[in-house]
Amino acid sequence: MGPFIAQFLTGLANAAALFLVASGLSLIFGVTRIVNFAHGSFYMLGAFIGYTVMQLLPGAFGFWSSILVAGLAVGLIGVIVEMLVLRPIYRAPELFQLVATFGVILVIQDLALITWGAEDLLGPRAPGLKGVIRILGEPVPKYDLALIAITPFILFALWYLITKTRLGVLVRAATQDREMVAALGVNQSWLFTGVFFLGAMLAGLGGALQLPKGGADLLMDFNILASIFVVVVIGGMGSLPGAFIAAVLISVLNVFGVRYMPQSTLVLMYVVMAVVLIIKPYGLMGRKEVAGEHGQVGEPEQPFSPFGRRGRLIVAVLLIALATLPFLGSKFAMILAIDIIIVCLFAASLHFILSLGGLVSFGHAAFFGGGAYAAALMVHYAGSPMELAFVLAPIITGFLAIIIGWFCIRLTGVYFAMLTLAFSQLLWSLVFQWGEVTGGDDGMVSIWPSPWASDTTVFFYLTMIIGFGGILVLRHAAHSPFGYALRASRDSAGRAEATGINTKRVQFVAFTFAGAMAGLAGTLFVFSKGSIFPTELEIGKSFDALIMVFLGGVKTLAGPLVGASALSLMQDYLTRFEYWRLALGLLIIAVVIIAPEGIAGTSQKLAARWGIIRRDEVQ
Amino acid sequence: MLELFDINSFYGKAHILNDLSFNIAHGEVVALLGRNGAGKTTTMKSIMQMVRPATGSVTFAGQDISKWPTHKIAKSGIGYVPEERRIFSDLTIVENLEVGRQSPREGVPTWSFDDLFDLFPNLAERRNNRGRALSGGEQQMLTIARTLMGNPSLLLLDEPSEGIAPIIVEQMAKTILELKSQGLTVLISEQNLHFARIVADRAVIIESGTNRFDGNFADLDSDPETRDAYLSV
Repeated sequence: MGPFIAQFLTGLANAAALFLVASGLSLIFGVTRIVNFAHGSFYMLGAFIGYTVMQLLPGAFGFWSSILVAGLAVGLIGVIVEMLVLRPIYRAPELFQLVATFGVILVIQDLALITWGAEDLLGPRAPGLKGVIRILGEPVPKYDLALIAITPFILFALWYLITKTRLGVLVRAATQDREMVAALGVNQSWLFTGVFFLGAMLAGLGGALQLPKGGADLLMDFNILASIFVVVVIGGMGSLPGAFIAAVLISVLNVFGVRYMPQSTLVLMYVVMAVVLIIKPYGLMGRKEVAGEHGQVGEPEQPFSPFGRRGRLIVAVLLIALATLPFLGSKFAMILAIDIIIVCLFAASLHFILSLGGLVSFGHAAFFGGGAYAAALMVHYAGSPMELAFVLAPIITGFLAIIIGWFCIRLTGVYFAMLTLAFSQLLWSLVFQWGEVTGGDDGMVSIWPSPWASDTTVFFYLTMIIGFGGILVLRHAAHSPFGYALRASRDSAGRAEATGINTKRVQFVAFTFAGAMAGLAGTLFVFSKGSIFPTELEIGKSFDALIMVFLGGVKTLAGPLVGASALSLMQDYLTRFEYWRLALGLLIIAVVIIAPEGIAGTSQKLAARWGIIRRDEVQ
Repeated sequence: MLELFDINSFYGKAHILNDLSFNIAHGEVVALLGRNGAGKTTTMKSIMQMVRPATGSVTFAGQDISKWPTHKIAKSGIGYVPEERRIFSDLTIVENLEVGRQSPREGVPTWSFDDLFDLFPNLAERRNNRGRALSGGEQQMLTIARTLMGNPSLLLLDEPSEGIAPIIVEQMAKTILELKSQGLTVLISEQNLHFARIVADRAVIIESGTNRFDGNFADLDSDPETRDAYLSV
């Protein structure tokens, strides 16, 4: 019984910081509808700033005031981010802002590296709370007990703020319908800034509070990001009590997981989230999202139209120019071009389900990596030739998408995004931990193309044919009756159903199709590299694809290609510098502010305004 | 008090308001009449800048408000009651009112929670109920009460009688007349000519986003062709 209770108490103590950070994320999302990827960065900053201030302020009083100072400082940083980066782009398409917050992650990473160095910092012990207390013979750190004692006060303070103050009333009203709140005379800008202050402060407090347990390091931001998304989704978006229950649930399960099933730790919380979302699609205490109820139904979608003659001519010229690349004789340029074509296909497949289907997947890497691993496993275990792998791997990925889609398609919005993330993490941890078959962390190597295609030039042309062939198929599907049905399901599910479209089935088919096309990109990838590692299944890979689609322009068919090329080129160029994250982050933020409809979307609008293309050619 | 001049508003590519002009004098109740899709709601939203007109100007109390953000317009004394009501269903009645609360304004009646509970006794009984528990009529009263908490000098009522039991419509008419007697200026959009006649001093009829008739009800009655052409009687 003793160890059991001690484990449980540790879990409860871990829940304190997790709840603080997650409730901040939930508040920010609820009011501003921004999926703040940078929330983990606020948490990390809280830890670093707390550490520094603790060096300056001695004693117990210094320790606890340092935590408060760190919270306030991070709150102010949140305000700066909101005013400088997010305010200019609130009117951009939904979820576009996550690209900007991704840029903020990169900037904060390098700024933290410059300020605090690369070494992990060991958190100071809390004065007066060093050592342990024995409970039923088991040692429990005093600081853990202090955290458990503090948590109810935090919960009460937040509850009071949200339910009893005018600010809380406005926050809850804006969570539901922010346009109406504005129509009643409330300045949304200040409300948003206030909420950002509060949310970032909570993250900073969480980061500083966990210092004695975990210290501060540069990986904290991404490490906590997945957990807080999981907590917010399990609890139900926007529900503080839900976030609290979920934080406790995840933390306690994690502690028990580490002890009794160590091989499960990577995946446990995603399994819990998947189970919760399958049973309660809107989280434990969340409620159904109703499209448009938040008063943010933006401009109506411009219908896509196929390129006119001039557009096709330009595309043909570009393709021919690209096809002459081998004659320049630079092997490096060809390899870079191969990489870019592959990510273009990957991004285009995500765009298909995201833009045309209106289903934002946070786990599209599952299909890219899935296709790559399917091909690698076929070659490695069955000695399959490359040609067969190109046929079968996308089909296998399609089946994978059928399985994942069967669970996910019933959800919409952020819940859909999170469940796809959960499944991709499941797949990642399966590959990562099933080392005997997949090679685990060491990956799978020696997956080379057939001899006839092993020359870089030949493989380059093969990539052009398969890559652009896949993109053309996607485009064709977008302009087919199926594409119309898919867009109809996105724009008005009710009306689409009334005209006889089975919207869920259409979305299911589209999800499968997009998955198979991502699998094709993955297959190309594995043969171009000759190897595959679990990193291709990571969250970061899914995020890359999202950034490419949004950066290029979610509302244009050319967007994903432009975004994929732009991001790849920027990364390729900038990674040679020491602080490339800072540069890339600032560049992304700049692009986002200058071109709020994405690079392709904004340039098409400008071209139409300047009369270079006709307005109805904007597509 | 309010003047719309040559307003052109679009929704996407659809041209909804077409050189729409009319004005409202201080203390007047004007009925904005027209069929479904004539542009009544877009007119309301264009005044609030919730739909941004492409061209034209809106002047309120001598100031050009065409470029103002919505919240500033609401703060300057225009209270908007949307057709879809848009109450905050997770908030209680009292909290819904709190969202609308603004500081007192010179020259117009100031409303407190108690004043509004006197005006709408049904709401008083249910003050701690959540918005989603209210009937359609109660929701409509709550929307009006919530807007009055901002102490507006001009009230925009978008189809307040729509989908509401006749007895409540009658009550609503009384309320509007009482507001008028307290010095409020009101623009009310309606499809119900009978209701409009009871509460309004003057009618503006729009069709395809253009002003087709502007005058009192006696003039409208003597012009049955206009009435039948633009209104579904």
